Amino acid sequence: MDLRLFVQLVVIGLTFFMLINASAILVLAERKIMGFMQQRYGPYLVGPHGVLQPLADILKLLMKEELRPKGADRWLFTLAPILSITAAFAAFATVPWGAETTLFGLLDQPIKLGVSDVNVGVLVVFAITSMGVYGIVLAGWASNSKYSLFGGLRASAQMISYELSYATSLAAVILLAGSLSLREVVDSQTGYWFGVIPHWYVFLQPVGFIIYVIAGVAETNRAPFDFPEAEQELVAGYNTEYSSVRFALFPQAEYINMATMSAVATDLYLGGWHGPFLPAEYGWIWFLIKVGVILFAYIWMRWTVPRYRYDQLMSFGWKWLFPASVINLLVTAALVLYFNA
Amino acid sequence: MPETLVFYLFSGLAIGASALVIGQRNPMYSIMLLIASFGALSGLYILLDAPFAAVAQIIVYAGAIMVLFLFVVMLLNAPQEDAAAYDRTHPLRHPAITRFGALLAGLLVVQLTWALARANQLAQPVAGRTDAGTVSSVRELGRVLFERHGFAFEATSILILVAMVGAVVLARREDRV
Repeated sequence: MDLRLFVQLVVIGLTFFMLINASAILVLAERKIMGFMQQRYGPYLVGPHGVLQPLADILKLLMKEELRPKGADRWLFTLAPILSITAAFAAFATVPWGAETTLFGLLDQPIKLGVSDVNVGVLVVFAITSMGVYGIVLAGWASNSKYSLFGGLRASAQMISYELSYATSLAAVILLAGSLSLREVVDSQTGYWFGVIPHWYVFLQPVGFIIYVIAGVAETNRAPFDFPEAEQELVAGYNTEYSSVRFALFPQAEYINMATMSAVATDLYLGGWHGPFLPAEYGWIWFLIKVGVILFAYIWMRWTVPRYRYDQLMSFGWKWLFPASVINLLVTAALVLYFNA
Repeated sequence: MPETLVFYLFSGLAIGASALVIGQRNPMYSIMLLIASFGALSGLYILLDAPFAAVAQIIVYAGAIMVLFLFVVMLLNAPQEDAAAYDRTHPLRHPAITRFGALLAGLLVVQLTWALARANQLAQPVAGRTDAGTVSSVRELGRVLFERHGFAFEATSILILVAMVGAVVLARREDRV
């Protein structure tokens, strides 16, 4: 078998494996960080310092009985979690996570670290993450429960409102980089200003970065924007009627979406795998560090900021976030035109 | 030959899903099948080496428009579409109008058959198209869209603006008159 093809397949498999692990690590990290912020230990019993807690969680969920409410729609009820998790995994397909490498001279031609590299990569990520909402909406509708239905309705309304700002903030970065390929966007962020400040788009697009992060939190249904599952209002929201593995797939999809969102933010705004001190071959370490920092901020935000009210979220999205992102895009376009002319 | 196989797979999926969209009584199933049909179409675009069109298809139709459809269906919570439940006295249900609609549908079928029969003569390489790279390039696409078809583009945006204003006016429902 061709060695190059084999290595590429290993890289793809590794990406998949890391995404599965990301959800387990994030479950543990979330509970540990939450414990730390609330001045307690968090999970402590399974394994040293509770590090094997995700395994125990998964085993417990696998052992549970699978229930389906009597009035639920059989096909859509089963389809919903599958759609959620498929979209979550597929969205990472065009996200690169490391520079081109020959694996220390093992290969004669360098391979790209990442599943695939298409020339419209940013749009592919955006398209597939926007498909993820169907899982949540269908789960809410098919459960035949009023709380689930409310959760699903909220998810679709929230998705429509925040997708616009999300896409518009992405467009500003694409204007700066002049390419829709995530790898080319990362490669256009090499070098330094004045020898110290790295040439990252977060410094050129501070407003865009903030809009991206806020819209990203709303897109992944995380607190303070976790309205589809607001437990004080809707029992558990769209996944109220789910149990066992079918239930487990929803939080897993949410955690994988978080990882994808952070990876895309790293590629677009934080210079991807470029960083000081490490040779290019080890750039993926920088990538992991940056993704980890964003994910920590995600969890930090969840346990610090209280949940908004639903109408506040909608008016914030349409009256502030979207106009801000449009102005940001127009100003960026004008400046790019001015400096390139 | 794998490309031909994938082509038949996607076309079969698109046609089958579209046919089932009409056949369904449950509007929720219709929406899901329509999304599947859009997905298959986007697969066909990729086979034609036009990834931008494929992704735009997913973002605009499968992503944005169908979420709105879903939202409306859920809001109305219509479990079944039943022909017998319609109001028979409604002016649009008049037999003459129904027959006119059927005539139009028949005309459409005739047109399609005529177009398909002539397809062999029309299938010549488009003038000006040099290689596959220019088709898939977003830059070329933007240039053609904004330079050669600039007027049509602006006219479309005005059309959408009019539709938006109309929707806002209809949704306000203030009893001014």
